[in-house]
This record gives sequence, structure tokens and C-alpha cells, in this order.
Amino acid sequence: MTVLNRRKFLGRGAALTGTTLTGAAMMPGFALAADTIKLGSILDTSGPFDAYGKPMDMAMRLAVSQINAAGGLLGKQVEVISYDTQSDMALYTQYGQQLTRKDRVDVVHGGILSASREAIRQTMRKTQTLYFYNVLYEGGVCDRNIFINGVTPAQQVEALVPYAMEKAGKKVYILAADYNYGQYMASWIKKFVADNGGETIGVDFFPLDVSDFGSTIAKIQTAGPDLVIAPLVGGNHLSFFRQWAAAGMKDRIPLASTTLGVGNEHKVLTPEEGNGIMVAYNYSQELDTPENNAFKEAWAAANDGDQSMHEIAVSNYHGLLTWAEGVRKAGSLDRDAIIAALETGVSITGPGGVVTVDPKTHHAVLDVHLMEIQDQRMRVIKSLPQRQPIDTQAVCDLEANPDDNTQYEIQI
Amino acid sequence: MDLSFVILVEILYGIASLALISAGLAVVFGMMKVINLAHGEFMMMGGYATITAVNLGVNVFVAMLIVAPLVVGLIGLVVERLVIRHLYGRLVDTMLATWGLSLFFVGSVTMIFGNTTTSITTPIKGFSVGNYQINGYNFFIIFITICLLAGIYVLLKTTRAGLIARGTMQRSDIAAALGYSPDRIYMATFFFGSALSGLAGAVLAPLVGLVPTSGGIYIAKAFITVIAGGPSLIAGLISSAGLFGLVNQVFTFAISPVIGEVALLVAAVILLRLLPQGVTARFFKGKM
Repeated sequence: MTVLNRRKFLGRGAALTGTTLTGAAMMPGFALAADTIKLGSILDTSGPFDAYGKPMDMAMRLAVSQINAAGGLLGKQVEVISYDTQSDMALYTQYGQQLTRKDRVDVVHGGILSASREAIRQTMRKTQTLYFYNVLYEGGVCDRNIFINGVTPAQQVEALVPYAMEKAGKKVYILAADYNYGQYMASWIKKFVADNGGETIGVDFFPLDVSDFGSTIAKIQTAGPDLVIAPLVGGNHLSFFRQWAAAGMKDRIPLASTTLGVGNEHKVLTPEEGNGIMVAYNYSQELDTPENNAFKEAWAAANDGDQSMHEIAVSNYHGLLTWAEGVRKAGSLDRDAIIAALETGVSITGPGGVVTVDPKTHHAVLDVHLMEIQDQRMRVIKSLPQRQPIDTQAVCDLEANPDDNTQYEIQI
Repeated sequence: MDLSFVILVEILYGIASLALISAGLAVVFGMMKVINLAHGEFMMMGGYATITAVNLGVNVFVAMLIVAPLVVGLIGLVVERLVIRHLYGRLVDTMLATWGLSLFFVGSVTMIFGNTTTSITTPIKGFSVGNYQINGYNFFIIFITICLLAGIYVLLKTTRAGLIARGTMQRSDIAAALGYSPDRIYMATFFFGSALSGLAGAVLAPLVGLVPTSGGIYIAKAFITVIAGGPSLIAGLISSAGLFGLVNQVFTFAISPVIGEVALLVAAVILLRLLPQGVTARFFKGKM
């Protein structure tokens, strides 16, 4: 005789619900995705990192509207599903799950800080959702599910460090943001400083909420470097450049940065604070190419004359174009087909020049420009065409090892 | 020699900025027992008031020292009339209400000014001491803080208004029996406390890039300083800010900024373990 008591009933009920849910989760997405292509976007469009995220969001929407105006992809319109992560790393995990499991998007573009990328990368991989990370970063991510088209240290620092050292001198002091990007980047800078016959005489790390650099500035003077390189991140760290100028240090020790200007910070700093700071990026608004001029015009038309496009907004735009090209080439929305198509070395020409997918690393081959900030503009000093991501190429080969899922760290 | 001078200035600056960010809270929380979680937002609004005034062509010192305290004081006045006055004596409720207020202020400022970093340049040039360059603005902050603390002392200790305010905070019923309106006095004191917060935010604004969420970076330090200071307003501020500022800057110099922040918190924990009522509950008793 079976007696159905409350505990058993609850237990069975839960098991039953469990099966139903699993069943639903197992069902492939095609039943839902019928007439539009769902593009997931996950960016900090508010909070301290919104100077990065807002223009990235605008770039994404501009690219999507251009793709849709040209008839969409595979005859379907692209629909944007976007989440604002409010500069809060915890929200990335939550919205990453939501995009992949609830919204079942076909592709995800987004993530800004390296911490945010690592927060969602494994979710994307597990749910087999194609993921594009369109931001300059510390390099070394080796994962077949992700495509990255920002500049890496070998493309950026390898160009910037010798140039800055030649101008300033051999003794270098590094000030970096205290999370994975800053830590990795400091190692890279040390390596390239040593490779160029220089010496790193000090490294300091700063949590993202530090905004008082007074004692650091005194400490740097005690060390007496010829050059300060600053991979600092976010609105609080911008104070460093202002306090540096306020202390009258700007004319005494030259500055280089791997991040300043990525979020148009050079437009927030006054000319007195910003002039002469050396940077190296894939994009500057000053680039006089037909693609960039057309891009700036389209951007202004779409956003009431706004001109806030910057390095990583353009990277995001490049990422969208690359993905669209991959979809066209694959002729399907299947993740593996798109990856295979992109791995043939898909190439697009965007506002920052030609960007080509490197099949071995899923990183990008692109142009890098050495620049100096001058009157709130990034004046291009020298252009280095089509640089390979050799740092990541040295450790990552997805053709030989497609199941790799590591972020490699530089060994010095 | 030059270096020790530079370090001394940085330590004084560290102490002064702690005292500055805590002064408004010392009045509102220390005297009035209102847990003002919107203190950081009052400071943030002081910063925005300054930047707006400067952009409208007001002299930067007028903007910092007059416009910002007035604007934030008036905002404080409205807040006091609408919200805080119903909550005197209800510690936990003030916490909840002011937390809501802080969210409201962050949201409003975001709507008005946008969520991007804004800033003004420091109005005082840097200068050299031997081989070192010092931010001249540090001296301004030290100077302002000394004036401010002296001003509060004189106001509370020697004027009749100060006496009445202190008396009302201790026994409002007696003050009422003597013919003073506690309601008015609370209102005026809250105005004064808010204005101090606004002034602190304004004076610090040229050193930082301001976003609507900037208040968050001050709030914890302000509360730690005020709580560790204990019941006396001025003596408490000076002793706790002096201790924490010193610890913070020494460790920042010796090791790194991260360790400096950690050392500050460790010092606060140890201090509160030894002196749970704050420094001035044991020492400088009965002082202002």
C-alpha cells in the first residue's frame, strides 16, 4: 500500500518540476528564434565606467541599424537585447546567464573590464553562445568560443614603450589599476622595458576606487624615474593625471598611458593637464580615412551631432562588422559554422582601418598608431600597419588545440 | 630634508582631508544622532554646485567657499523639513531614510548632469621644494580645514547660538522649557551640517573626477572617523583624523596605497576595540 504523505508528495513534486525544467532547457532555441537574429549586448552604460560603455553602446546600435538598413543578415533583421551592468561586476554574471538561458541570443557582444569578460566568458562557452569581446586588453585569452579585436600588449605596449623610452629615458615607473588587466599589463610593460634596455624602478597598484594620488606622486619623485607609464582605469583614476599636473610634474617627467583616451578622457582633461601624454591605439578621431569620415558622419547623424566615439567604441563597431561578415560567409546562424567562417581569416575595413581575424588565436591583426595628446586631441605621430597579436600567438594555437580554455599569463 | 618636508605635508594633507570630509557628518551624526547615509551625496552635490558655478563664470573660490555650502545647505534644509524632522531619535529609521535619499540624489544628479566624469582644474599651481614638486592645493586644503575647525569651535563654544544648539542636542525638553524652539534649532543645525558637507565636497572637487556616485568613496571613511572620534566634536575629529591620516599616509609611503587603506581600517578596528565609545570618551573628556 502506498501512503502519500506530505514529504513524499513534495519530493515527487520537486522531481517532476525538475524534469519539466530540464526538458525545457534541453529544447533547442530554434523554436523561439524565428524571424529575427537576436544580438545580446552587455555593457556598463552607467556608473564609473560609462565613459567607456555608453559610446560602445552607441557604436553597437549604429552598426546594427546599418546592417538592418542594408537588409539585415540572411534576410533577417537583427534585434538587440541589451543589459546595462551599471559598472557592477556581479551583474555581469547575472545578465550573462539571462542572455544565454532566458533570451537565448545568437551572439553576445560586450564586457568592458577584463574582470567582466572573465565573469561571463565561461557562461558563454558552456552554453555555446558565440562571444565577441571588443576591447583592448592584456592578451592571452585562448578560447575557441570568443573573438577579440582590441589591441593586445604586443600590438600596443611593444610600440609605445620604445617610443616613450626614446623620448624620455630608460628608468620607468609603472602605476597600474589593481585587477587582472593592470596586473598583467604591468608585467608586459616590465618585459618590454627590459627588452629595450631599460629598468623598471617601481610598480604601484591602485584599487579602482582610489582617487587620491598625493603620496604616490611624492613617492615617484623619490624614485626619480625618467618616464611614468600608467595603465590606470576609470573615472577615479583620472584624478592621477590632474593631480600630477597640479603638482607641476607634467613638465618634469613625461607620461605614457595604455588606457588614457580609450574613454575620451583626453577631452575631460584640460590641454594643460593632457598635452604631451603618449599613447598608442588602433583608433583616433583624427584619422583622415574615407571609412572614418563616413563613420563619424553616420555617428553624428544617429546621435544628434554627438562626437563621443573612441577607441573601444570603434572596436565594438569592428566587432559587429566582423560578426556580420562571419554570418554572411557561413550562411547560417549555427555557432560552429560562424566560427569556421571567421577562422578563414575574415577581414573588414572599419573606421580604424583593416581588421583581420587571426585564425590561430581568434584575436585581430590591425593597425596601431603612436599618438600624443595635443589640445584634447590625439595627434597621430606614427602609424604601424597590420600588427600581429604576437603575444597571444606565442602561447595560443586554437587550430592545434581547439579545446583550450585558458588565459595565458606572460612569463618573465 | 626635502623629502621629510614633502612627507610631512602629505601627512598633514591626509589628516586635513579626513577631518574635512567628516566635519559635516560630525555635526549631523555626532551631535544630532542622525545616521546620514546621504553624507557622501551631500559632498558630491557640493562638487557639482562648484563645477556648475565655475562654468557659469563665478570665481572658483567664491564657488567653493560660498555657493556650494549655500546650495547644499538649502538642499539639506528641504530634506530636514520633508524627511528628517519626523525621524529625530529614531536612529535606524534615519539610516533607512537617508539611504533612500542618497539613491534619490545619485539618480537626480545623473539625470541632470549625466553619468560622466566632470571636473575643474585646481586653481593653485604646484611649486617646488628642493628637488620635489608639491601640489599647492594641498596647502589650501590644510588651511581651509584649520579655519573650519577653528570656526566651528568658536561658533559652538563662544556664541549664544552655539550654546543653545549644544544644549538642545543634549536635552531638547529643557531647551523648550527655557523658551527655545527645538524644532527650529534642529533645522538650523542640520542646515549647518549639510553646508559643511557641501563645502568639503566643493573643496575636494578639483582634485578628483566627479561622477554622481562619487559620494560612495567618502562615506565609509567619514563614518569611521566620526565614530572613532567619540562624543566631542572638535577634539574627536582632530584626534581620530590625526591618527587615521597618519597611519594611512605612513603606510602608503612605506608600502603601497592599498596597504595604506588597509592600515587605516585595521587601526580603526583596534581603536574601537580598545575605546568602544571613541577616543574622546576616554581622553579630552568634556572638551568641545
